[in-house]
Amino acid sequence: MSILIDKNTKLLVQGITGRDGSFHAQKMLEYGTSVVAGVTPGKGGQDVAGIPVFNSVAEAKAKTNANTAVIYVPAKFAKDAILEDIKAGIDLVICITEGLPVLDMVEVMRELRNTKTRLIGPNCPGLISPEKSKVGIMPGHIHKAGPIGVISRSGTLTYEVVDNLTRAGIGQSTCIGLGGDPIIGTRFTDILQLFEDDPDTKGIVLVGEIGGEDEQLAAKYIKQHIKKPIVGFIAGKTAPEGKRMGHAGAIISGGDTTAKSKIEALVGAGVTVVDFTDEIPSIFKKLL
Amino acid sequence: MKIHEYQAIQLFKNVGIPTPGGETVSTLDDGLAVAKRLGFPVVLKSQVLVGGRGKAGGIKVVNNDVEFKEHFIRIRALKIKGYSVEKIFIVPAVDIKKEFYAAVAIDNIKSDVVLIVSAEGGVDIEETAKKNPQAIKKFYLNGQKTIDTARWPEFVKSIFSDEADQKIATGVLQKLLAVFFTNDCSIAEINPLVKDAKGQWFAADAKVNFDDNAIFRHVELESLRDLSYEDADEIEAKNLNLSFVKMDGTVGCIVNGAGLAMATLDTIKLLGGEPANFLDVGGSSNSAKVLNALKIILRNKNVKSILVNIFGGITRCDDIANGIIEARKQLNIQVPMSVRLIGTNEKEAAEILKRENIISHPTMRSAVEEAVKLAKR
Repeated sequence: MSILIDKNTKLLVQGITGRDGSFHAQKMLEYGTSVVAGVTPGKGGQDVAGIPVFNSVAEAKAKTNANTAVIYVPAKFAKDAILEDIKAGIDLVICITEGLPVLDMVEVMRELRNTKTRLIGPNCPGLISPEKSKVGIMPGHIHKAGPIGVISRSGTLTYEVVDNLTRAGIGQSTCIGLGGDPIIGTRFTDILQLFEDDPDTKGIVLVGEIGGEDEQLAAKYIKQHIKKPIVGFIAGKTAPEGKRMGHAGAIISGGDTTAKSKIEALVGAGVTVVDFTDEIPSIFKKLL
Repeated sequence: MKIHEYQAIQLFKNVGIPTPGGETVSTLDDGLAVAKRLGFPVVLKSQVLVGGRGKAGGIKVVNNDVEFKEHFIRIRALKIKGYSVEKIFIVPAVDIKKEFYAAVAIDNIKSDVVLIVSAEGGVDIEETAKKNPQAIKKFYLNGQKTIDTARWPEFVKSIFSDEADQKIATGVLQKLLAVFFTNDCSIAEINPLVKDAKGQWFAADAKVNFDDNAIFRHVELESLRDLSYEDADEIEAKNLNLSFVKMDGTVGCIVNGAGLAMATLDTIKLLGGEPANFLDVGGSSNSAKVLNALKIILRNKNVKSILVNIFGGITRCDDIANGIIEARKQLNIQVPMSVRLIGTNEKEAAEILKRENIISHPTMRSAVEEAVKLAKR
């Protein structure tokens, strides 16, 4: 099994006629994802690599039964793209787009309340359930199906972790990049529970970074609710204070936002925190 | 994006938040003229974009020409956390009877805007937060852009006992919310919000930061940016769509993705080296970006080796390899390099590099080890 996406995922791609949208729609199709529709307002009736394009999410959903949406539209249109998905009742929305204004996200989160839609991102690489479905921009070939769930606030650092696992012969159930922004639709705590409940996930990798207090909240949650073994890695141990390290959310602005504080919290919750990503596979070999 | 106090005060004035007035000057003569106009006593306030200016001696009440001259010259020559004082904000001294704290900020975890008010503390809000956290009250906007009138009276009464104060505070806080939402702020703070002996209210200090992601819809705010606070290399990198932060070490770095870039710096340090910079070339990077990145890195004369660590997803390794080759031709690079290109099109990249006798490392660890070793030679 896996979480959130699998063979039943029917994907629609918002911004499919754009450069990134069309490229990744094809990559996801090649991986085996069921990409059923594209949406670009004003371009309905066209197709991209055989995928039909519609003018609106509602129309695409009505005609194709899409249940998942991935967003590749520019930052200034991303809020409206997400709101359109919520209104159409899409189950899972993955926003790849980077650079959304924070107040746009406040509005999105208000609209998400009391709906059945789950948002992942923005500013994220997406998620993959290896050998079943891929929704996002990650290189598919480095993944392999198996027992480890991976959650991360990063993109390429997640690939690094996954690559280490796969090379050591350890596969993954689902790998999720939550996004590098301060306000994101889904946080560590949400995904930890899904992995805990998934019978095929036997262990979890949690990849955090400086900024915010998500890792501390995750640590608290792990202590109370998670029984499965977790290996942690925190990026930004050498980051200077007050500098935005690429991600909008990755900035040290007080005691709780440092790597040290996050590592202490996770270790206190029983998580094995490693210094190097290449140490992760050997720990799971011992634990599992 | 941060702005100076005097600029933030102007934003407050524009919406009708009462301020004590005052003017910003750079020279002693202009300053004296302002002080004469306002009448002594006045407060000299250094304008710097870093905290702790009070403790550094950057704020001073002066009562006459002699004191004014002495302290203006002294403050103008100050270095506060490494930044020189270019401008001094001169304001009339207020006879403060009571100090409050008011701010609008974003609670990331609750994904909501929050109004934070305290009837205690004023300038010492951090102290209050530690010793008397109940004195700090929070009002969540629940996704709205104005105060919810049903919940508001109870909130404002919990802070201000006097009815007239409640009314004035409500007005100020509504205006502060307007500043916050109109300008896409990440914080808008009045600290202290003061009441003087005559019962007049003023914003005696102002702190406003804007959301960098929203600047695109506020072109007018760009003019408020103080470029002296931004490293020239960092500005150039930003214009080239590179994310760059200068550091003190000797290993120059080019990485794709912020998380991997931070992890790479950490690995350098753990293996005995010191990173010279953070540099994320971003997603769909092309060879020109690598060339630009190397130009910026090589300007730093502390750099003794260069580490290229790329995990190709959107980024294609062959583009990066071509960029490295092109840069070696154009820039006559003398600094030794350690390269690791993996992921999308790694085979093509390895071929390109081989022609120039560069071998791509198989792992991040071995690439970092070599870069650290080269930097120590």
